Amino acid sequence: MRLTLARLPAWLLSLWLLCGAGFAAADEPQAVARLVARVNDSTATLTAQQRGLLEAKLSAFEGEKGAQIAVLIVPTVKPETVEQYALRVVEATKLGRRGTDDGALLLVAKDDRKLRIEVGYGLEGALNDATAKRIISETIGPRFKQGDYYGGIDAGVDAMIKVIGGEPLPAPAVESLRARAAVDDNFETLLFVGFILVFVVGGVLRAIFGRVLAAGMVGTAAGFIASLLISSVLVAVLIGFAGFIASLFVGLFAGRAGSPTGAWSAGGSAGGYSGGGSSSGGFSGGDDSSGGFSGGGGDFGGGGASGDW
Amino acid sequence: MRLRIPAIFALLAFLLSGCGYNTFQTGDEAIKSAWSEVLNQYQRRADLVPNLVGTVKGYASHEKDVLTQVTQARAQVGAIQATPELVNNPEAFAKFQQAQAGLSSALSRLLVVAENYPQLKADAAFRDLQAQLEGTENRITVARNRYIKAVEGYNVSVRTFPNNLTAMMFGYTVKPNFSVDNEKAISTAPKVDFSAAPQPPPATARPSPAAGSPAPSY
Repeated sequence: MRLTLARLPAWLLSLWLLCGAGFAAADEPQAVARLVARVNDSTATLTAQQRGLLEAKLSAFEGEKGAQIAVLIVPTVKPETVEQYALRVVEATKLGRRGTDDGALLLVAKDDRKLRIEVGYGLEGALNDATAKRIISETIGPRFKQGDYYGGIDAGVDAMIKVIGGEPLPAPAVESLRARAAVDDNFETLLFVGFILVFVVGGVLRAIFGRVLAAGMVGTAAGFIASLLISSVLVAVLIGFAGFIASLFVGLFAGRAGSPTGAWSAGGSAGGYSGGGSSSGGFSGGDDSSGGFSGGGGDFGGGGASGDW
Repeated sequence: MRLRIPAIFALLAFLLSGCGYNTFQTGDEAIKSAWSEVLNQYQRRADLVPNLVGTVKGYASHEKDVLTQVTQARAQVGAIQATPELVNNPEAFAKFQQAQAGLSSALSRLLVVAENYPQLKADAAFRDLQAQLEGTENRITVARNRYIKAVEGYNVSVRTFPNNLTAMMFGYTVKPNFSVDNEKAISTAPKVDFSAAPQPPPATARPSPAAGSPAPSY
């Protein structure tokens, strides 16, 4: 009886690990082409100079106001509708700032003769559906009809800038502060979790499994949690190791609660090291702003308007 | 021995989090917020209807049938208590969906009728309302798609192996999802008959996309 009861926690633990395997990663649908610049043209409709002019205009507006506008010209969006395609593009790129959601996309499907202005949540008040529709049918449409693509896009972008310019939005510099706050926030969480792990969970585990194995488990858990919160694998490994050491020393000071057998302790220390290591791969950070342009994490809900010419 | 009991409880907590209990909570909240967004957008559409009917009435007051149908469908939608709890009650969910589909088809009929009135189509207020209606229909589609995805993730987590034991233990069941309103109408090929004399197009001929919203007219 004594023996089975002593083994019960180990059984439960292995069952938990088994259940953990049930977390099959749900894969996402394949992403569409990401926007690589503010003005994207895969149809060679705009000349390099025209593209540069638009790019400069949009970039200046973004620096001044914070709102992010992008232009995308594609030959066709088939077999999807222009609405579906536009939404997939903005969901992949996440135009606009996180939390402010002040992004907008002007999509031109040239061969389909379809247009769409996709508007982020934060701009739906200023650039509402009716306004977007008017920009499409009164500003861009007539110029496109005459074959003046650059003129239409330029005038459309001007109209969008004018409308969005009237909307009170947070100043552009706020973003970097917010990003820093998020990192600090994560670090605080990490400290708190580490404390709980080492002193509370570690104490309980020590009572069951003995000092070294418990320290190994705490180290594994610390490494795993760190890998979730922090994108760097190396840091996660270090934190896992620190958790292992901390838990071991707390155990020494707390006195010997159990007497681990040789096999247990060997498994324990192995667990401590593999804890950090197993977190390799998979968890990469949110922003991969490798090039000059990337979305800021804005959300879209299907607002905006479509039209043709 | 004294420490064993709390230790077992602590491990049980780990066990539950590993076996999906927390996944259910997360999924449940995700569904709730996705559903609230669906309701939000449907409400937005319902709020547009009185203005739209008023504007159309100004130019096409003798189209009483269509106008009455829209008003009635709007009233039916309003009569259903659209609460977040609706997702836990498949019957009420179906009823809600039916009422919204009724409003969708009534609105699309109204827009078809509006095509016959050039003056109405040129009216700035009507054009703005139409743009808003189109935008709202698109938002509804997006919100419904996101709801469908949230429910899919949740239902998979409830039904897959180790989690389904936890679900059984705590009484978590699969949530209802949106279905195609007019499955029959979509699966039968439309008949084209050139032999008969040209007739006015039947009012229900506009095919709805899979999501059940009327095809925006652009």
